[in-house]
Amino acid sequence: MKIQRILYIALSVAVLSNSCRQDIVSDNLKYPALQPTNLDTNAGSWRPILLSKPDEFGIANPIATTSADYKLELLEIKSRQNNRTDEEEIAIKYWSAGVILRWNEIMRELVAKYNLPPYQNPDGTYPIPSASNPLAYPFFPFANPPYAARAYAYLSAAQYDAMVAAYFYKSKFKRPRPAITDPSIKQLVPVTADFVYPCEEAVAAGASAAILTLMFPGEQEFIQQKLTECENVRILIGANTRSDIDAGEALGKSVASKFIGRARTDGAGKAVGTPAYWQSLIDKTVAKGETPWLSRETPARPPMLPLFGKTMSFLMDTTEVINSRPGPPPSTNSDQFKKELEEVLWFSQHPDRDRMKVVHFWSDGAGTYTPPGHWNAIACEDFVNQHWSEARWARNLALLNMSMFTAAVCCWDAKYYYFNPRPSQMDPDCKTLTGLPNFPAYTSGHSTFSGAAAKLLSHVVPSEASKYMSMADEASKSRLWGALHYRSDIEVGMTMGLAIGQKAVDRAKTDGAE
Amino acid sequence: MNSKILSIISALFLVSGIGAQTETDGLMMAKNNLCGGIVLGSNNWNHYWEGTYYRNNQNIGTLQTKVAMGMLNYGVSDKFNIIASLPYVQTNATAGTLRGQKGLQDISLTAKYEFYGKSYKWAYVSFLAFGSVSTPTTNYVADYLPLSIGMHIKTASGRLMIDLQKKNWFFTASTQYTTRGNVTIDRTAYFTTEQIYSNQVSMPSVLNSNVRMGYRKGADLIFELVYDRMNTLGGFDIRKNDMPFLSNNMEASRIGLNFKLPINILGNSGLSWLGNATTTFAGRNMGQSHIVMTGFVYQGDFTKKSK
Repeated sequence: MKIQRILYIALSVAVLSNSCRQDIVSDNLKYPALQPTNLDTNAGSWRPILLSKPDEFGIANPIATTSADYKLELLEIKSRQNNRTDEEEIAIKYWSAGVILRWNEIMRELVAKYNLPPYQNPDGTYPIPSASNPLAYPFFPFANPPYAARAYAYLSAAQYDAMVAAYFYKSKFKRPRPAITDPSIKQLVPVTADFVYPCEEAVAAGASAAILTLMFPGEQEFIQQKLTECENVRILIGANTRSDIDAGEALGKSVASKFIGRARTDGAGKAVGTPAYWQSLIDKTVAKGETPWLSRETPARPPMLPLFGKTMSFLMDTTEVINSRPGPPPSTNSDQFKKELEEVLWFSQHPDRDRMKVVHFWSDGAGTYTPPGHWNAIACEDFVNQHWSEARWARNLALLNMSMFTAAVCCWDAKYYYFNPRPSQMDPDCKTLTGLPNFPAYTSGHSTFSGAAAKLLSHVVPSEASKYMSMADEASKSRLWGALHYRSDIEVGMTMGLAIGQKAVDRAKTDGAE
Repeated sequence: MNSKILSIISALFLVSGIGAQTETDGLMMAKNNLCGGIVLGSNNWNHYWEGTYYRNNQNIGTLQTKVAMGMLNYGVSDKFNIIASLPYVQTNATAGTLRGQKGLQDISLTAKYEFYGKSYKWAYVSFLAFGSVSTPTTNYVADYLPLSIGMHIKTASGRLMIDLQKKNWFFTASTQYTTRGNVTIDRTAYFTTEQIYSNQVSMPSVLNSNVRMGYRKGADLIFELVYDRMNTLGGFDIRKNDMPFLSNNMEASRIGLNFKLPINILGNSGLSWLGNATTTFAGRNMGQSHIVMTGFVYQGDFTKKSK
């Protein structure tokens, strides 16, 4: 029967196309276990960021590895190893890729989760998230790009100082790995660490958990669960005992407390401004004879963090930020402006598929980990291939994120000093190819972040320098192609970003790690 | 910010909505008959369901989708038809800054087989089976909801149907299962309920139920009432004030009216005029679509002509 044959064919096509469906495994879950080629045993002498010296915070002296208490700790390893669950096997694979990496990813995930602009009130105003009530809508925080840039920087900087302290004490106390003391202990993952007190992974975890709790106060349960899992893995794989971990977590939290104290007073908490301040931005711009920025959202949303430019970042103080502020964008009345607006309009009206791909690849808008998060993802993917110690991972991510935090501050300073309109405000035909951010145009945040990131990454992974520079260039152009920015915004933003990245490179050259 | 998905589903619905030997009705075309048609449709919504929350969005205004679709239906035998369709889709938001999209969407091929048909005293009863595949014809952007013209996926579906006809009155019920391939997006990371690092998005399968009843005389005079419900088997809700995403948990319940009228000005021309109006009364992570469409189909018997 012909018909039946055709039906069979149709059925097999259906079955085949069903079997073509593949389960998606997130790329970051495929990373191998971290095995550093250089242990960086001298990292205790690297220059910290906030700590006055590596042993600013003390830790308890370790108990002797010959003591009865320590033997009990060794027993805990054996008993847990013998009773491993499937879940624990997954956790071992996950955390073995590196804890600095994983805590960076956890922050990216929380940024993406919280990067949503609040929904309006019935009267057309917008509620402002409150740190003291993070679980009530609107959830705290609204993890927008400046908030995220700062959060990544505090996380990475605290991790770095925590690693400096951890390596200092590891070299000081010289407690050997459990498997050295008791050769019957199995190491489930290759462990190369020289000394293990305090457990550097627990130091990183303690510091990371404390910073994450500050930045995402509604996520304490989730963060605590990750912290416990991270520490348990150290015992399960036979790399550390309980006392290594307890001392590590305590040290990490102490180091983080110094960063938390700074974060509470760095000015970011006041960055939202007030209705009177928002109005003054308009008035000042009108007084200069320029067209002020207006929100393109309905109802009009207050500008995003207009006072963020006054936040104290790590690489430049407020005076330096003002002194390095770029000159003004082309006047909205000028011929140059008209020319640039026409260019935006052309890109808006010619949404070529290849350019759209670039626009969407770099969009990093609401609901994502933001442009700084994207650069962290790019960096970590490459860092995995470098086989660095946890200390060097932390140091390079700290430099990266400090540069992007400073980029956010400088960019936001320029945006609200000049308060210039977006292309779609000046010409409604300039429809955008991705979501339009709710803040002024000059300079482009993507360009500033990307210039800073690419400059620093080119220094720490020189073999990939040309890739980073062309990616930054693409990220920058994507904002013009998407009809979100004028050419001046992206070019000046890139120049600013590169100069800020250079500050991080200058620090890298003098921190003792090179 | 919305849910629209509709591009693909609306295109499917255009086919299913129109009453004429298509992939959701029980009418078979005779052997060697060929039917071709053009349908123009418009799908508008200004409210949508964000999860289960019913809202509007002043930064979208009304999301307008226009569709022009060509279709072909060939009678391989009296019991076995092949149907093909290809829509051109154009989207536009009346408010906000987002640029609408346009382009050729997905080609769909359906095999339709009446495997049981018998006259009983009370009615003629038939059972039909359908197998469909669809695939994108252009490299359009998928991850740009609600402005994208489709979801850029390959699909395969199977449908089972019962059709009852007593004199000129009929009742048809069917259910369809659609499995969908992964979507490749331009990003390399996205957040669903967790952060995923991949440019692949896994799409939940879709279940569709369709019930229709009305009057039909021959193949070219039809008035019918259609109820249609689709829901994905899985997926996640749009978060408050977030954009929609391809793998959202989507549901829509719709009701519509179809007609098909022969154009017999100079005897039987083979031309018919058809039209449809459909509205959505319940949904999840989708726009509340209001659809109207009209078109013309021509049906000819190629047995005689070739002889």
